[in-house]
Amino acid sequence: MDLAVIVVIQVLYAVASLVIISAGLAVIFGMMKVINLAHGEFMMLGAYSVIGAIKLGINLWVAMLLVAPVAVGLIGVVLERLIIRRLYGRMVDTMLATWGLSLLLVGIVTSIAGNTTAGVSAPLGSFSVGAYSVSGYTLVIIAVAVVLALAIRWVLLRTPWGLIARGTMQKPDMANALGISPSRVYSVTFAVGAALSGLAGGLLAPLTGVVPTMGAAFVAKAFITVIGGGPAILAGLVGASALFGAINQLATFVTTPVFGEVALLVAAIVMLRLLPQGITGRFFKGSL
Amino acid sequence: MDRRSFIKTSGAALAGTTAPLFPLTALAADEMLIGSIHDLSGGLDIYGKPMADCMTLAIEEQNAAGGLLGKQLKLATYDPQSNMQLYAQFAQQAALKDKAAVVMGGITSASREVIRPVLDRNKTLYFYNTQYEGGVCDRNTFCTGVTPAQTVAKLVPYAMKKWGKKVYVVAADYNYGQITSQWVKKFVQENGGSIASIDFFPLDVTNFGPTISKIEAAKPDMIVSALVGGAHISFYRQWAAAGLTKKIPLASTTFAGGNEHIVLSAAETDGFLISYNYFQNLDTPENKAFKERFYKRFGKDYPNITELAMGTYQGFKLWAEGVKKAGSLDRMKVIAALESGISVNGPSGKVTLDPETHHCVLNVSIAEVKNQQLNIVETFLQQKPTDTSAVCNLKKNPNDNQQYVIKA
Repeated sequence: MDLAVIVVIQVLYAVASLVIISAGLAVIFGMMKVINLAHGEFMMLGAYSVIGAIKLGINLWVAMLLVAPVAVGLIGVVLERLIIRRLYGRMVDTMLATWGLSLLLVGIVTSIAGNTTAGVSAPLGSFSVGAYSVSGYTLVIIAVAVVLALAIRWVLLRTPWGLIARGTMQKPDMANALGISPSRVYSVTFAVGAALSGLAGGLLAPLTGVVPTMGAAFVAKAFITVIGGGPAILAGLVGASALFGAINQLATFVTTPVFGEVALLVAAIVMLRLLPQGITGRFFKGSL
Repeated sequence: MDRRSFIKTSGAALAGTTAPLFPLTALAADEMLIGSIHDLSGGLDIYGKPMADCMTLAIEEQNAAGGLLGKQLKLATYDPQSNMQLYAQFAQQAALKDKAAVVMGGITSASREVIRPVLDRNKTLYFYNTQYEGGVCDRNTFCTGVTPAQTVAKLVPYAMKKWGKKVYVVAADYNYGQITSQWVKKFVQENGGSIASIDFFPLDVTNFGPTISKIEAAKPDMIVSALVGGAHISFYRQWAAAGLTKKIPLASTTFAGGNEHIVLSAAETDGFLISYNYFQNLDTPENKAFKERFYKRFGKDYPNITELAMGTYQGFKLWAEGVKKAGSLDRMKVIAALESGISVNGPSGKVTLDPETHHCVLNVSIAEVKNQQLNIVETFLQQKPTDTSAVCNLKKNPNDNQQYVIKA
């Protein structure tokens, strides 16, 4: 019984961490069709901003939930102006440009912060479920993922900015004719996507070692989740995270983390063969 | 353009671009080159940087004392960036291009097994100075690090006496972790204990959540960890986050080799037991003098002089003794000199090269981590490398060239 509770918590945690890792990419790739291969590096920048903020004495929660997204969001604005702006509509070119960008960011951060693994301790202690103990931080991740998904849904559906963003992504010339500046909308949306990636990196800083190359471990999973999700941003994100996260964690429980990753990849291959458009290509069509 | 101008311009371009590739630093006649291959970046840099620093100090000290055989020593440092391919490439480069007198390097056992055959083929002397799983039997290679018969054989019974008989092993998933966990199993069973399970993790795994739940389900009395590298530090973090540092004690064959006890907090590491040849707070006059020289060279806030760094320093000192005794840099003469029973008084105590195994007889201590310090609890003097000497005798079989592995 206790073991069942633990398994459920761990599965929810895996799903939640996939949601958090992929949210930023869902916005940038799903909405703007920019293949952002520097997604992992945005996360890395978020993690490093948390480390830097803690060195300056800022509270851990403020650093993770405020400093990380804001810092990476600002960096996103700058990068969008300099690089991404020229590449809308050119998918393959965005791949090359963001790949170069990721190498550049890794190099810059390595020169500034060095290559040694840094990190912070996970806040909150643990609590017991019967004979097992679970880290309190696991529940924080689950809670943040839920809040994040609801917030994205609320912003996109119920606020004017969400409407403007969705409209501009679908028909930029029409939005232009209605007096909305598409370039400004792109800028802000990219910044929001970068901020979400930074938030993910900040939240994961206590769990993984923070090195300049940490982003590489997350890029593949984020892309698999977003592409497996399909055209609908939020429903696809949540659906794909649920599917892959559950398979990954259950396989890890039964065997080892290596086979857990293999199971996730095999599931992705099988799923893409059966549903080439992603999950929301077939189910939940037309939802957000 | 016509053919003549094409040939002219391409010839000029070729010369211009390849000229920088030719070694600008040619060795002067009164210099000898020492190759150092240690990871200075990537997940293994926590081990490699202190080792490279100790190499630098050792070479500078030797040069200040007049060099070796009248020649000054020059250090060629290579950084394989925790990447095995670069290890092979740099080993070859050190042997063929630099014609190094000796190569000291390799951190993980995987990297050692990449370098060893390359240097064998190219007849360049090789010193492997990292603590490892034992068993290397190769006339061209000298291993100055501690092996399981010296450390694990003492650590496991001590920990079992303190904590209990049921042991859960977590290890890095490559040759070191797999062989060392077999040694742990052997010593646990010899001391009347039982192994709950042995789990392996590739070097880049950071998600240990399910494993931690599995460990709890097994209810062991203690954990033995042979985890390696920067990514595996997150095991200790997640272990502490789950509140288990206080419930299930931990002993490790690799912890603190990369100063993990400083990267992690005291609450996450108090009570861990480790066993090595060298600890910074060893109370010997050589150690005090060494620390003075080290801090003078690298600054007082150098985090901690690790066991691996000291292994490198002592390895260099042994080689220098061998060269002095041989009176020449010729490889076979130096090997013969090193096999004649060389000793140095290192900061960790007396270190003697065993002629039959090319391993070292040295002091071993067990320490407990407390408040980010390593406090020595017991010392064993002059431990022999019995695991390797049980299977390897280079006097009888000088052409032996393999690593012996404990049968599972």
